[in-house]
Amino acid sequence: MNKQIPSIKEAILKAGIKDGMTISFHHHLRNGDYVLNNVVDEISKLGIKDIKLAASAIFPVHGQIVDRIMDGTISGIDTNYMSGPVAEAVSSGLLKEVAVFRTHGGRPRAILERSLIIDVAFIAAPSSDCMGNINGVRGKSACGSLGYAFPDATMAKKVVIVTDNMVEYPNYPISIDETNVDYVVAVDSIGDPSGIVSGTTSVTRDPVAHVIARKTADVIEASGLLKEGISFQTGAGGASLATAYYLREKMRSKGIKGSFGMGGITGFYVEMLEEGLLENLIDVQCFDLEAVESIRNNPKHLEVSSSFYANPSAKSCAVNKLDVVVLGATEVDVNFNVNVLTDSNGNIMGGSGGHSDTAAGAKLTIVVANLLRSRLPIVVEEVIAKVTPGETVDVVVTDKGVAVNPKRQDLIDLFNKAGINVVDIKELKNLAESISGKPRKIKLTEQIVAKVEYRDGEIIDYVYKPE
Amino acid sequence: MQLKQEWKQQLVDTERTCNYMRKTMLFVPGNNPAMVQNAGILGASTIIFDLEDAVAQDEKDAARNLLKNALETIEVVNCQRTVRINSLDTPYWENDILDLASSGVDGFVVPKIEKAADIERVDELLEKVLPGNEIYLIPLIESALGVENVFEILKASKKIVAVFFGGEDYTANIGSLRTKEGKEIFYARNKIVNAAAACNVEAIDTPFTDVNDLKGLEQDVITAKSLGFSGKSAISPNHCSIIQNGFYPTDKEISYAKDVIEVAEKASVEGKGVISLYGKMIDKPIVLRAIKVLKSVGMECDFTYE
Repeated sequence: MNKQIPSIKEAILKAGIKDGMTISFHHHLRNGDYVLNNVVDEISKLGIKDIKLAASAIFPVHGQIVDRIMDGTISGIDTNYMSGPVAEAVSSGLLKEVAVFRTHGGRPRAILERSLIIDVAFIAAPSSDCMGNINGVRGKSACGSLGYAFPDATMAKKVVIVTDNMVEYPNYPISIDETNVDYVVAVDSIGDPSGIVSGTTSVTRDPVAHVIARKTADVIEASGLLKEGISFQTGAGGASLATAYYLREKMRSKGIKGSFGMGGITGFYVEMLEEGLLENLIDVQCFDLEAVESIRNNPKHLEVSSSFYANPSAKSCAVNKLDVVVLGATEVDVNFNVNVLTDSNGNIMGGSGGHSDTAAGAKLTIVVANLLRSRLPIVVEEVIAKVTPGETVDVVVTDKGVAVNPKRQDLIDLFNKAGINVVDIKELKNLAESISGKPRKIKLTEQIVAKVEYRDGEIIDYVYKPE
Repeated sequence: MQLKQEWKQQLVDTERTCNYMRKTMLFVPGNNPAMVQNAGILGASTIIFDLEDAVAQDEKDAARNLLKNALETIEVVNCQRTVRINSLDTPYWENDILDLASSGVDGFVVPKIEKAADIERVDELLEKVLPGNEIYLIPLIESALGVENVFEILKASKKIVAVFFGGEDYTANIGSLRTKEGKEIFYARNKIVNAAAACNVEAIDTPFTDVNDLKGLEQDVITAKSLGFSGKSAISPNHCSIIQNGFYPTDKEISYAKDVIEVAEKASVEGKGVISLYGKMIDKPIVLRAIKVLKSVGMECDFTYE
């Protein structure tokens, strides 16, 4: 049996892509990805229309897709995160259908439950053999974990591997195996390595982020969860990663060894693993070269699927084993609802990713944010887009005060005992407005451009086109 | 033992609400709105909003205006706010004082002070605008002449609460190279600390200028503390916690100071002349030192030595 196809165009023809079908992509090549653009270009050249793009995330590198939205090749987008020109186009109402925003756990749920049916999955692979056994750890385009591609490989009607590194059969290690693969296409390059993973992810030098991070580490300590076997997840930048820095200091000085670190993995987490401060890393996504190197060589660094990570309909998933998660926000409101989808003007610039999933799963969910950014309050009366419901957020840490969700009286008591000053979140909002003034409300049109689907499938908000 | 735990908590609590000593004095450019807005939360016990070197000639008025509004509008907790005004040989310093004296500023840092008459001029103007000692002065000594005259300078105004040593300009003035070890400023540091002690004001050390060398900073803080400085200035927010911790008495020092005061109070009540603790005689300097330690962490200490 020969699965090898000489070109993407022929793979499209072989897979039988027709008007109105759904094609999927993973985002492990991040802002260096060539595959999504190339596939959509070929589809467009073939005159195929009304394609739904089910990409786990869309980055600025995918800007040329805007033309394919304009010419009717792409009519729908189903994703967990979007930034750059495509996000701007969707915000402007250029997409024919209402875009769907899911979470990293909600996407595999939808795929495995067949509410998101993928006709053809195009899976970019840093290495593959002729039968489609692939991994993300070998080759010039190595990206580490391939976690987001697993459900697509399992459930898509047709699976096309696109690789720039054909290796002898059988490839090793095997992340996604040949039993699900229909075709294998070799191309010159699947992506730009500099956009796939960065060099060392360094902890920010922004002094305000450090103020927030130190406070957050104190909050975690006061919660009583900073003990032997702690598991946690933080973001890969800003105050969130800086919190991991201060947590590490505390773990070192108290001689505490943790259980696992999870999420998008950076060199910082690899250091903690190698130092023995963490027993394992659970990795759906590598952010830098150190993480790629580590997942290739260290058996304690686990590659897992997005379903394993966060699927709420799975029999179990890893976010439920998290003690602490530290998350960012573009806005948080007085009911602790968090927006990570739009900016303060209502334009799309992100999405949940694993935000809502980890918030729902972790024992302690902390949202960190500057009280003000530039001249705008970040703690507001009501968020523009509700992405992570306030019920799942326990603590908001800002540079000018800590607020605790009233339903977590247990935390309030612990923090008071530890001397952490807890303020009402409305006070934070008022404090912000006392500095900046009350911002004029942004104007939105009636046109819905996207809907926000919570991890369990419920639509919890709509995104409107700004005026 | 129970009691000691309580003291400790009390000390921690008090420390959060007040800082008597200017342990960390952080420079913040007076013309940067974002930094001015966030200055109060960066972990410094005192902010120095800078109108002098950080601000270009043609931005002096705008920066002063920005600071005035910020000082009037933005509240801070656990942090004093001072302004480094322009030096007396510029046309700006008088307006700096006139415009900012009623803005809620806690004190003025006055650069390039070389003789008693300099600080007297500032004292005089400030006294006219706002009589009394509500706003304090901190002379910045940064020349060979200033160092030689420091005692007279500190005696010249009742508004002075601290003296601030500027090592960079001083080193240039004496014709030496500034090093991390700081041998070239050894004499000036000693002289300033001694004058400060003689006048019962605090001595603030020169900033450590390598923003990224945190180990070097730690060493420099140890040196400054051992020479008798009560605090140090910082040019980077990332230096604040190291300085603050470095000048903060250790748990052991605090606990010992409380023990000293306790036995001294007991002896005073019982009318005992000679007292001892852990087998060592406790005399006046030790008690005074203990009082100083407790006050430096914001503890009330009513004990007076008779």
